[in-house]
Amino acid sequence: MTEVSASSRPTRRPLRLSFLSLLLVGVLGIFFLNLAALILGVVLNSFATSWFGTLLPNGLTTRWYAYAADLFQLLEVLRVTFIVGAAVVVLSLLIGAPAAYALARRQFPGKRPLMLLFLLPLLVAPVTYGIPLATALYQFNLAGSLAGVILANLVPSIPFVILLLTPFIEQIDENLERAARMCGASTGRVFVKVLIPLMAPGLLAAGLLVLIRVLAMFELTFLTAGPGEQTLVVALYYTVFAAGIRPSQAIDAMAVIYMLTAFVPLLIALRFVNPTQIVARIKQENVQ
Amino acid sequence: MSEHARPLRERLAERGIDRVLWLVLPAAALLGMLFVYPFVYGLGLSVQPNEGAPVIGNYVRFFSDDFERSTIWKTLVLAIPAAVVNVGISIPIAYKMRGPVRNKRLITTLLVMPATLGTVLVAEGLIRYFGPIGWFNQFLMAIGLIDGPLRLTHNYVGVMASLIITGFPLSLLLVLGHASGIDPDLERAAATLGAGPSERFRRVVLPLMLPGITIAFILAFVAAFSVFPSAVMVGNPAGETRVISIAAYQAAFERFDYPMASAIAMIMAAVQFAIVAFVFLLRGRLYRGSTSGGKG
Repeated sequence: MTEVSASSRPTRRPLRLSFLSLLLVGVLGIFFLNLAALILGVVLNSFATSWFGTLLPNGLTTRWYAYAADLFQLLEVLRVTFIVGAAVVVLSLLIGAPAAYALARRQFPGKRPLMLLFLLPLLVAPVTYGIPLATALYQFNLAGSLAGVILANLVPSIPFVILLLTPFIEQIDENLERAARMCGASTGRVFVKVLIPLMAPGLLAAGLLVLIRVLAMFELTFLTAGPGEQTLVVALYYTVFAAGIRPSQAIDAMAVIYMLTAFVPLLIALRFVNPTQIVARIKQENVQ
Repeated sequence: MSEHARPLRERLAERGIDRVLWLVLPAAALLGMLFVYPFVYGLGLSVQPNEGAPVIGNYVRFFSDDFERSTIWKTLVLAIPAAVVNVGISIPIAYKMRGPVRNKRLITTLLVMPATLGTVLVAEGLIRYFGPIGWFNQFLMAIGLIDGPLRLTHNYVGVMASLIITGFPLSLLLVLGHASGIDPDLERAAATLGAGPSERFRRVVLPLMLPGITIAFILAFVAAFSVFPSAVMVGNPAGETRVISIAAYQAAFERFDYPMASAIAMIMAAVQFAIVAFVFLLRGRLYRGSTSGGKG
C-alpha cells in the first residue's frame, strides 16, 4: 500500500523501511477498523429490534426510523438544517468570493492585518467566540432565531471561503480579464462572463465544504439556537443527552440520518477536489 | 509632472488602493460585527461584575474557586496530549506517503470522512462501541486479554478516544498536504552528498515539514481545546472531564451570569493564544531559515 514508485526514490529499498511501512499500515488499519466498527455499531443498532450484550442484534426492523421521525420531529429539524445550510453557503460565497478576489489581485496597505482578521476565526475554537457572540446576539434579540444561527455560522464560513478561493483566483490568468475589458466588456460583464465561469469549480468546492462544515458545526448552533432552530447535529446532541428515557435504536436512527446528510455533500465534493488540497491550501495561507 | 498635480485616485491606485477594494468591505464589516465586536463586548462585560466587586472581580472569582480554576488544567490535559498524539502519528505516515503512493486518493478520502462525522456522532458511536457490552470489550474478552469489561466511556479515556478519532485524520491531511509539496530533489541532493536515510530525514525532510507540522499542531490543539459535546457525552462532565468550555456554558446558560461567562471565554482565548504563541516561538528556536523549496 505504501510502496513507493521507482521514480521518486530510486536508491532506497532496505528492509528496515518496509518494516516501518508495515507498522504504519498497521496503525492506519487499526484506526480504520475501529472506526468502521464504531459506525457499523450505530447503523446496526438503528435497525435492531433489541440488542444487549450479544455480538449481533436479535432481529432487524426499520420501524425505529418512523418512530424517530415522529418522536424527534425530524422533518422540522431537517427543514431547519437545510435552510441554515443553504443560507450560510449562499451568503458566505456572496460575501467571501469578492473579498477573495480583492485579496488575490491587489497588494495594498493594511492587507496583513486584514488577513489576520480573516484567519483568527479559524485559529480560535468556536466555543471561545461563540459565548460572547451568543451574548451579543441576545442583546440584539437575534439569538434563538434563524437569523442568529445563520449569522453565527457565517463567522467561520466566510474566512474558510476566502482562504479556499484566494489561491484559486490567484491562478486564474489576469490577462483574461484584461482581454475582456479590451474587447469592451464592463466590469459587471467581466464578472459574469469571464470570472464566474472560471471560478465555478472553486465556488462549487468551497460551497460544498462550507455545507459540510455547517452540518457538523455543533458549538455555534448550539449556543445561538432556541428550541425552534435546532439543526440535526444539535437535535442529536439533545437526544443523546436526554438518553435513558428513549430507546437507543431511535437515537441511532437519527444518527444514521445525520450521517447520510453529511456524506452526500462530501461524496459530491470529493468529485471536484482532491482531499489533501482541501487542507493544504488553507495551511499554505496560514503559514504566511 | 509634480506629485500634487495628479488626481488622488491615480496616486492611491499606484499603492494598490482602488475600487476593487470595495469588494473586501462586506466580509471585513461582517467579521468586525460578528467576531471582533462580540469579543470586545465580552471583554467589556467581563469587567463588570454584578455587585460592587472590583473590576477584575469575575477573574478573581474564577481563579480563587478551585472547581472553576481546575477546568483549565483539565482542558489542557486533554488537548495537549491529543494534539501531540494526532500530529505525532501523522508525521511518519506523511513521511512515507508524501511521494506518489498507490491508492493515495482512496486513503485520503477515507481520512476526510471521520472529520465530517463531527464530534457528536463519534461520541454517540463511542458510547456503544467502547461501552461495557460493546464490541471492543467483547472482542478483548473473547481473545482472553481481559476478564471483565474495561471502563472506557464516561471518563478521560472516552473523551481522548473521541478527540483522536475526529482529530487524527485532519492532522494527517494537513501534514501530508504540506509534505507532498516538498521538492524531492532536495532529498536527492542530500543523498548525493552522502547523507544516510536517518540523516536525510532529520536534517532535510523534517525541517522542511516543520511549517506543516506547526500548523497541524495548532489546529489540532485548538480543535481539542474546544471539546464540548464529547466531554459531556462520553466524558464525566461533573468530574475529570469538566473542561473549561463546560464551565463557560454553565455560567452563561445555566446561571445566566453573562459577565462571568464572558470572563471565562476571555480566559479560554488567553490560554489558547499563549499556547499558540509558545508553539510558534518553539518552532522559531528549532529551525530558522528558509522553508522555500517546500511548497512553491
